Amino acid sequence: MDTKDTEHPRLELKGITKQYPGVLANDDIDLKILSGEIHALLGENGAGKSTLVKAIYGVLKADSGEIFWNGTPTNIASPHAARSLGIGMIFQHFSLFEAMTVAENIALGMPGRQNMAELAKNIIEVSENYGLPLHPDRYVHTLSVGEKQRIEIVRCLLQNPKLLIMDEPTSVLTPQEADKLFETLRRLSAEGVSILYISHKLDEIKALCHKATILRGGRYIAECDPTKETAKSLAEMMIGTNLTTPRHQDTSKRGPVRLKVHNLSLDSTDQFGVDLNLINFDVKCGEILGIAGVAGNGQVELLEVLSGEQLSTDEAHILLEGQPIGKLGPVDRRKNGIAFVPEDRLGHGSVPEMSLVNNAFLSAYRTKNLLDKGLINNNKTTDFAKEIVEKFDVRTSGVSHAASSLSGGNLQKFIVGREMLQDPKLIIIAHPTWGVDAGAAADIHQAIIDLAEKGASVLVVSQDLDELFAISNRIAVIAEGRLSVSRDIHEFTIEQIGLLMGGTSGSGSEKEVQSVA
Amino acid sequence: MNGFEWVVPVILTVITAATPLVFAGIGELVTEKAGVLNLGIEGMMLAGAVTAFVTATLTGNYILAVAAGALAGMFMAFLFGVLTLSLMANQVATGLALTLFGIGISALIGQDFVGEPVKALEKLNIAGLTDLPVIGPILFGQDALVYLSFFVVFAVSWFLFKTKAGLILRAVGDSHDAAHSIGYSVIGIRYLAVLFGGAMSGIGGAYLSLAYTPMWAENMTAGRGWIALALIVFATWKPGLVLVGAYMFGGITILQLHAQAAGLDLPSQVLSMLPYIATIVVLVIISKDESRIRKHAPACIGKIFHPAA
Repeated sequence: MDTKDTEHPRLELKGITKQYPGVLANDDIDLKILSGEIHALLGENGAGKSTLVKAIYGVLKADSGEIFWNGTPTNIASPHAARSLGIGMIFQHFSLFEAMTVAENIALGMPGRQNMAELAKNIIEVSENYGLPLHPDRYVHTLSVGEKQRIEIVRCLLQNPKLLIMDEPTSVLTPQEADKLFETLRRLSAEGVSILYISHKLDEIKALCHKATILRGGRYIAECDPTKETAKSLAEMMIGTNLTTPRHQDTSKRGPVRLKVHNLSLDSTDQFGVDLNLINFDVKCGEILGIAGVAGNGQVELLEVLSGEQLSTDEAHILLEGQPIGKLGPVDRRKNGIAFVPEDRLGHGSVPEMSLVNNAFLSAYRTKNLLDKGLINNNKTTDFAKEIVEKFDVRTSGVSHAASSLSGGNLQKFIVGREMLQDPKLIIIAHPTWGVDAGAAADIHQAIIDLAEKGASVLVVSQDLDELFAISNRIAVIAEGRLSVSRDIHEFTIEQIGLLMGGTSGSGSEKEVQSVA
Repeated sequence: MNGFEWVVPVILTVITAATPLVFAGIGELVTEKAGVLNLGIEGMMLAGAVTAFVTATLTGNYILAVAAGALAGMFMAFLFGVLTLSLMANQVATGLALTLFGIGISALIGQDFVGEPVKALEKLNIAGLTDLPVIGPILFGQDALVYLSFFVVFAVSWFLFKTKAGLILRAVGDSHDAAHSIGYSVIGIRYLAVLFGGAMSGIGGAYLSLAYTPMWAENMTAGRGWIALALIVFATWKPGLVLVGAYMFGGITILQLHAQAAGLDLPSQVLSMLPYIATIVVLVIISKDESRIRKHAPACIGKIFHPAA
């Protein structure tokens, strides 16, 4: 480390301001990151984290303010410029090309020419070294969310960055994977790499980060040492009000079995997919069942067959209140009172180019009676969309805006709200709070619990174990297309579940390498 | 003789019928791989055809004529690029307008040249080789553009799938937002792809007016631009299959001409429809396998890119 590095912060921002039409996304923000420091950037959705980070990475240009790199005023005009300075970024919305292989995706983010065979070798080496198994020849569209994120991380690590920006990197990892990632990050930090770590998982920030800068509503609020704060005090700085933890539901009110899945096996339609193998579980009335598992272990396939996108081979594999529904399509399943919140918000969960009103109509026109003699009842639909926006605190400038204009967390709140307000008998939710900030996540959790208390059955598929423990009554673990026996959450520890997630061998990563190879 | 002396002439005519489609198809393939849908192929081909013909008549220089055809196609493509890439006009509407514009302006430029003959593009003649029976005239007796068309297909295939620049071009077509966030110039790359498509369509048009039927007639492309467009879906965006498709279509075109000449007992209109019906049938069969289309089709095709969004 040369003296220059110790004299000056690696990166310093002074007075960064960025105005969007109608929103002041960044208002006079200061930030200072030392070399080898793991620095947390904390804030709710819409606090201005993404905008600030984009300015650092050269994706957009701030209206005013200065950036100093190792003490030198620097103009980062493009991501190329950022990368040549040694800044690497892992995006929250992955910047990946679906129709290309892992290796091609990584080659695109690297300067100069690559020897593809050598690159493939490097990918395997780096990914295994850091516990992020990846097969270079797989096509991205066949990968799960978690696997896609690994590509981004490995792509950055291959470039020996001096500053690594990570936008919620652990949101799709198992606790063991996250721990491994932390080891990696600590090692990088010890090697002098600075890390700007964006997350809303406060425990994580306390465990990992040396410093934290807190933003709220586009403004700089405070810089603090997270190890000296409590999760609660951090959250309150972030939200500006007191945080409520979800109230656990009363388990005594559980009713009879509503959804029963019996010996469900299904070959995946995707050549890289996971085959489901004799899955058995049930969900009672008023109960929340959580399904934990590392991405890419059959969750996608299970959700597809439960939603009716894929039909099961025998209709009796899936029973709703005793009636076989395995051969019914998604529309008929909705008719029977099932609601879905899919994993993919833009595409499965909403039509990105359509307004919130139209998106509300598409899923709820039957349950909410939004049709009027075959025509769309616009007033009623708009009222329904407004009700969702209001009850679930969706931040948007209007319900006529396109779904794609909402931030990930806000769109998730909208989709969850839309499905819940239809009063389903059974709701199936994939990753309810992925990319959603702490305040909104608490709201969504509370809404899920409230719904179950009213007698609905809830199935939650998530990788976030804290979340599953906060809301579920029982948890089962999916690994390699098999589902474990479900157990009451009081009989499980996070460590036990983590081991089940990796299969009996206890190491998820090794198992996966084998199944890919 | 042995009754098969018609085989070689038929193959030769199939080649001339297929070559313009190869050029137009491969050009549009590159354009589409970058995520731009240019429906103006027909217009660009006509612009190329008339410009090449006029240049050939006035100068007698065929190299200049083909280059002029390519430039005319690029000029049309540039207009398309300005409208759709810089001004962000709708690509479908702009492409259709480009076709109509091309039909009109080519007729205007070419009105004094209608019916004037021009010497057909010279064919290769290597003493000894070209005189070989059957394979001689087929392999060694073609004009330069036929050889160029094969070269272009292989060059494009190599470029798209073996070079980093080709990877970047495909990346822009697959997800322009991701490409932008990594730092590639989406608009710049798309301009280049659109211009390449224009140049190839222009050469395809030049081939029509200089070699296929060495003359100028209004609207002489007769829908070949649209066939070229269909070829790309048929080929599931693979350069090699564009070549195969173009020759299949060329073969059907020639087959129906010969069937008409042989006095087959079918209305000539039905026979003229044959190549187009075949195109539709093939498209339907190909499109049945959704995963093939999804895997190779550029995901951003036809979508407007708003930078800094």
